Formats: sequence, structure tokens, C-alpha cells
Amino acid sequence: MNFFRYSSPSTFYPLAGKLIPWFGWSALLLAIVGLWIGFGLAPTDFQQGEAYRIIFIHVASAWMSMFIYVVMAFWSALALGFNTRLSGMMAQALAPTGALMTFIALWTGALWGRPTWGTYWAWDARMTSELILLFLYFGVIALRNAIDDDRRADRACGVLALVGVVNIPIIYFSVQWWNTLHQGSSVSMVAAPKMAAIMLAGMLVMAIAVWFYSIAVVLMRVRCIILERERGVAWTGQLTEPGTI
Amino acid sequence: MISEPTAATFQATAPASDSGAWAGVRWALARDLRLALRSRAELGVQLLFYVIVVSLFPLASTPERNQLALMGPGVLWVAALLASLLSLPRLFASDYADGTLEQIALSPYPLPALVSGKMIAHWLTTGLPVVILAPVLGLQYGIDGEAMAALAAALLIGTPILSLLGAIGAALTLGLRGGGSLLALLVLPLCVPVLIFGAGTVDAVHAGLGVTANLSLLGAGLLVAIVGAPLAASAAVRIALD
Repeated sequence: MNFFRYSSPSTFYPLAGKLIPWFGWSALLLAIVGLWIGFGLAPTDFQQGEAYRIIFIHVASAWMSMFIYVVMAFWSALALGFNTRLSGMMAQALAPTGALMTFIALWTGALWGRPTWGTYWAWDARMTSELILLFLYFGVIALRNAIDDDRRADRACGVLALVGVVNIPIIYFSVQWWNTLHQGSSVSMVAAPKMAAIMLAGMLVMAIAVWFYSIAVVLMRVRCIILERERGVAWTGQLTEPGTI
Repeated sequence: MISEPTAATFQATAPASDSGAWAGVRWALARDLRLALRSRAELGVQLLFYVIVVSLFPLASTPERNQLALMGPGVLWVAALLASLLSLPRLFASDYADGTLEQIALSPYPLPALVSGKMIAHWLTTGLPVVILAPVLGLQYGIDGEAMAALAAALLIGTPILSLLGAIGAALTLGLRGGGSLLALLVLPLCVPVLIFGAGTVDAVHAGLGVTANLSLLGAGLLVAIVGAPLAASAAVRIALD
């Protein structure tokens, strides 16, 4: 099977339609399991009390916020380099979900910071750079909305996304480079996790749930974008006929 | 009235045989500088804007000397950023409107070289005056000599980055609705690291840490911007001209 078969909107559209239920329902199940572990099974933290349970949402959305930007930059680079239609559509579909994840990460972080650090907000390196990430997402979305021609919007947003990707390593390593308020990561690929196994399990299940949710929502959005942009093309006209997806 | 060089004068001044990158930089730099010097009033307005923004902060917050000395560097940086932003739409917009930009893009010179020349001209006409004025305005805030020297050095390295990054935003928003505010939304987040390290230089002096770390980071940022920004901006110009 040729993978590139699905690089055309007309073949990707039905594929995305088939994938959405799988990712959507798995996301829902995993979120229920993850929240049950996080809010039911995991023990109360002896330092932070119950407030620490916010991390089950906070960490997952913060990871996703950075990862979606990298994925968006990747699709943007493809759209710029090969002038492919679907890549630009994927980049367009990713931006709102990325902005949402960044917002959730900032908001839950503020709610967690109040009982734990005693402040909703501090001009700490990681929080500031995450806020800049939110502005970068807004910039990409606003630039997209200001351009009427879709192909020009794809390429202009591509340049902007690639320039902004410099920020991602800064956010990721900010807790190591600047020793300010936000603590270091509790989970690492190379060292043993600094938390109870049940907490780690809850966090990882939530992370996968957020992944699947993002994939499902982005696929839904990209299907809408495909229909909108390909509205004058023959194959979208056939979709309204009975018996098609 | 100033008559801007048109496509005809461009062809007259740019011999097709000499298509080196440096010649392109020189040509664009000389042209934009000449245009800027012929509209001195506009340059004056931008500098006045900088001076007025800096003077507003003590009036709006507190005239207390110790606090002013603390917030002075940040204010000078934010004002420099705003002044740079204010002049950015001028960078490509008039050339784009009368079709000169299209002729420039068709020229035998590499487009990144021409765009670099425009960026340098932008810095020379808006960034450099800001750097020169900063020590005088610093007196308003009672910033002491050593801190002021560090701040001026940081501005000298940092303001070119603002022009370089700003040019990308200016090229991306060419001919779009709400260009000015959109430009601010695109450029300001990208400039935040410059602002942090630039204003942090003075904190480092006060903390006795020395300015080397901050200035080195700014210098590294400048080098990356010098390599990357002309390419990104010329790609954006080509996208706008499509």
C-alpha cells in the first residue's frame, strides 16, 4: 500500500472519517480511567494535599500544547517545501486545538499555583514562555483569518509557524536553564520517576487520552476544512449522494 | 514631494552583470536610506514617539527615584520595541503598493540580499537613534553610569534583532486587512526573549553578575536572526507577491 495515497484530500477525507470514532471513543474511555485513577485511586500528596491532583490535567495538556506546535510546524514545513494542499489544511486544523491546550495548561497551572505557591501567576520562565506560545498560536490563527486566499494563508502561516518553533525548546528546557519558581519535571525518560507508581500511571493515561482527543478533534476539523476548500471539486459533490460517508 | 525610485530608476542603477549578494545589500540599503532621509519628518515623529512613551511612565506610575531607576531599563526596552513596531509597516508597504517590490523581486540580485539591505536601513533609521537617545532618557530615570552603559550595549545588540524579526512580520502582513494590529500580534511575542535578556542586563549589573551572559545570549540571538530572518522575510515577500 502506498502511504502517499492518503496525501490527497479526496482519499484522506474518508480515512479520517473512519479513524475519528476509534480515537474519539478511546480518548473518552482513557480520560474516564485516567481521571478515576487521578481523583479516586491516587493517594493524597503529603506536601501538597489534594491540590496536586490538578497535575493529571495540567501536565497532559502542557505536553500536548508544545507537541502540537511542533507537529504544526512540521506540516507547515511540508506545505512550504512541497506546496501540498493537505499539509496546509492539517496545520490549519491543529492551531485551535494547540491554543486550547496551551490555555488549559496555563489556567490549571494558575489554579494549582494558588494553593501551592500562594500565587496565581508569577513571571517565571516556564509560565512566561508558555504564555508566549499561546500568543504564537493566536498569531498563526489571526494571520490565517486575515488572508482570504487559502494557499497564500497556508504558506504565510507556515513561515510564521517555523519562525515561532524556536520557542519550543526554550519552554521545554526553561526549568533547567532558569532556576525560577516552576519546579523541574517529575517524569523523565532516563531517570526513575519521582512520584508514586499510581500517580505516574494516572498521568500517563491522561496524556494518552489527551493525545487521542487531539487527534480525533483535529481529524474532525480537517474534514470540515477539506469540505470547505474543496467545495467546487467533483468528489465533494458526490458526498451528498446516498450511500457515501 | 519625494519621487520614489521606480522600476525604471532601479534598472538604471542595478547593472544586470553584477548580481552579487553584497551588491544587492548595498543597493537596497542605499535606496532605503535615501528614501528615509528625504522624509526626515517621519523619522522625527518616530523618535518623538519613543521619547514621549518613555516620559509617560513616570507620570503614570510614580516620580519616586529609586523605583524609577528599577523600572527604567524595562521602560526603555518596551519603548524601543514599540518605536520599532511603529515604523515596520513602512518597510515594505509603500514598495508593495506601487509595484516596486515586484520589480525588486524580479531583479538579478538574490531577494534575501535585497531584503537584508532594507532591514539594515530600517535599523539605521529607527534602531540606532533609539540606542543613541537611550542614555539621555536614562537620566530621566536616574539610571547610574555602569547600568546605563550595559543597557546601551544591550540595546545596540538587541535592536537589530527587533528590525530583523519585525521585517518578517511586515512581509507576512503585506496587503492584509488590519495590517498594523496584526503585525503587532505576530511580532511582539517573537521579540519577548530579546526584551527579557536585554532588560535583564541591568539586573545582572545590579546583582554583580556581570553583563557577559546576557550580552552573549543577545549576540547569539542576533547571529541566528541575521542568518534566518532575511530568508524567512524574503520567503514571505514572495508569498505576498504571488
